Amino acid sequence: MLSLLGKRLLQLIPTLFFVSVIIFSLQQLLPGDPALIMAGEERDPAVIEQIRQQYHLDRPFPVQYVYWVQGVLSGNLGESMRIHVPVLDLILQKLPVTIQLGSMAIVIALVIGISAGIISAIKKNTFWDYAANAFALWGISTPNFWLGIMLIFLFSVKLGWLPASGYVPLTEDWRASLASTIMPAFVLGNAIAAILMRHTRSAMLQVLESDYVRTARAKGLYERTVIFKHAMRNALTPVITLGAIEFGTLLSGAVLTEQIFTIPGFGKLIIDAVFNRDYAVVQGVVLVTATVYIVLNLLADIAYVLVNPRLRN
Amino acid sequence: MTALVDVANLRVVFHGDRGQTMHAVETVNFELARGVTLGLVGESGCGKSVTALAIMGLLPKASADVSGYVGFEGTNLLGLTNAAMRDLRGDRLAMIFQEPMTSLNPAFTIGEQIIETLVRHRGMNRAQARARAIELLRDVRIPSPEQRVDEYPHKLSGGMRQRAMVAIALACDPQLLIADEPTTALDVTIQAQVLDLIRSLKRKTNAAIILISHDLGVIAEICDEVAVMYAGEIVEHAPVDALFEVPQHPYTIGLLASIPRLDRRVETLATIEGSLPDMSEVPQGCRFAPRCPFASEICVGSPPPIANIGARHWSRCVKAPLEEVRP
Ligand SMILES: Nc1ncnc2c1ncn2[C@@H]1O[C@H](COP(=O)(O)OP(=O)(O)OP(=O)(O)O)[C@@H](O)[C@H]1O
Ligand code: SF4
Ligand SMILES: [Mg+2]
Repeated sequence: MLSLLGKRLLQLIPTLFFVSVIIFSLQQLLPGDPALIMAGEERDPAVIEQIRQQYHLDRPFPVQYVYWVQGVLSGNLGESMRIHVPVLDLILQKLPVTIQLGSMAIVIALVIGISAGIISAIKKNTFWDYAANAFALWGISTPNFWLGIMLIFLFSVKLGWLPASGYVPLTEDWRASLASTIMPAFVLGNAIAAILMRHTRSAMLQVLESDYVRTARAKGLYERTVIFKHAMRNALTPVITLGAIEFGTLLSGAVLTEQIFTIPGFGKLIIDAVFNRDYAVVQGVVLVTATVYIVLNLLADIAYVLVNPRLRN
Repeated sequence: MTALVDVANLRVVFHGDRGQTMHAVETVNFELARGVTLGLVGESGCGKSVTALAIMGLLPKASADVSGYVGFEGTNLLGLTNAAMRDLRGDRLAMIFQEPMTSLNPAFTIGEQIIETLVRHRGMNRAQARARAIELLRDVRIPSPEQRVDEYPHKLSGGMRQRAMVAIALACDPQLLIADEPTTALDVTIQAQVLDLIRSLKRKTNAAIILISHDLGVIAEICDEVAVMYAGEIVEHAPVDALFEVPQHPYTIGLLASIPRLDRRVETLATIEGSLPDMSEVPQGCRFAPRCPFASEICVGSPPPIANIGARHWSRCVKAPLEEVRP
């Protein structure tokens, strides 16, 4: 187990190297001279030259990369060119918001997706199965922005139960915080629930036909033991892995939903940075997102091995 | 003495998703006393497994219509509730399946899969059940059972897994054990060992055993009585010696003629041309008629009556008893 962990961690290094090179190169492809942008109104060639030197923009590309990596490794992601705040601070400020939103969304997705999947599998071809499938189709085909607007209309405008927008940090007032995130979390979770439901259903149907489930029944085990122990253990492993990967997508992909509910998370940070050509921020955000995504994949792989005895040695 | 198992007019009809029907088992009748081993033979697809699963109550309720009578200790199993049936399964009724590689759950240790049966039916606590599981593994001659008990199925060979399946089946000392081709998937030496196990079980307990097999050699070695199945029904039932010496159904004769191919499944019969009839409808006359070398007019009009030949020996053929009619 430990050696597996070590091996997977070692495999991270080339992946991260590759990702960082790409992120850094894309930066170079973008139009515009960063030194000029940073100089702002200042048109004095001496100042621009000084900026070039300060940020090593006058050095060859690989050297610039090395400087950048050195900075990243020591926790220095650069500074926002517009508001002159360290990128790391910006990220640390927004990341918890996105993590809270993403976690709530994934919990909603897992709870709804897995239970609907199991119910539709064991009640195959009944009303419940059709209802769950209709729900999944709806969940997959409903655009997030539309669902978001509908929820705001219903729960904020009509009923007045939930705030339409804004964000309250968990540490400030957890009830208000949940109230401010529950709708966007549902919007995000809903689409993933639909995907997880389809996967759970087909995995369960396959497992319920398996020889070992027949053996479990032949032993006279209670139906709940057959389903929740023998079938679920095998059917849910791939579903959980999928859930972890979807969680990674959530952390980077909540752009639109955060925008609709004006949640000051990662999505908003990226949008603002792109529109303002704040390269250092874009770079930092993309790097952090990619790293989180890769680490989550790693964790999902490890979890998969943990519950799967065949892969353990 | 009344029989332990009494199956009468057992019938299983499958309903497909697209409205098609399939008469997998038709009017199966047999009785089985304690301590007796009954062999069930017949070519692939004739309904042996479906018969076994129907007795165990393991056929899918949604697609399988099971009717008739399955008496076990005087109770009709087909009339029991699911809950009552679950109490019997794994306890007094047990079954070993054909596929040792896939019949154990890959996610749980061998021990766990025995323990849960004991906890379920014997009300043991886990420590007691674990100790008993180790004993059972020793009984089925799995080496170093103290270690094996904590191992996952993928660590065991096919033969070892099938022994573990036997251990699970025997956990609660069943009255009736159904073994559906328990050795087909195993190589020859392992086959012999598993068969040995079943033989010693026969000696030690008074359980009735139904042994399903393609292999007439195995049947001859282990069984007391044999039922030969063709197209969903039993066409001949006989004590094992009588079946081999004086077979009374043309299909049995054909099967016996294919004995030299012992090492193989009797899928293609050397001496019987053709294949099983289409069972989407129940055939009118004798089901074997299209392939029977003795078939004549009287065979196809109505189903052949049962001809009693001798003690516990009968045949479903209008021409029985067949005297010197061997081809
Ligand atoms: N669940 C099911 N649904 C529909 N048809 C089935 C089902 N199970 C079995 N059958 C059909 O019933 C017939 C009898 O099958 P069965 O498995 O009893 O044959 P068998 O005698 O055990 O053959 P084998 O020697 O190959 O195991 C086959 O034609 C099979 O296709
Ligand atoms: S009844 Fe006729 S067709 Fe059927 S087995 Fe006997 S002889 Fe053959
Ligand atoms: Mg079979």
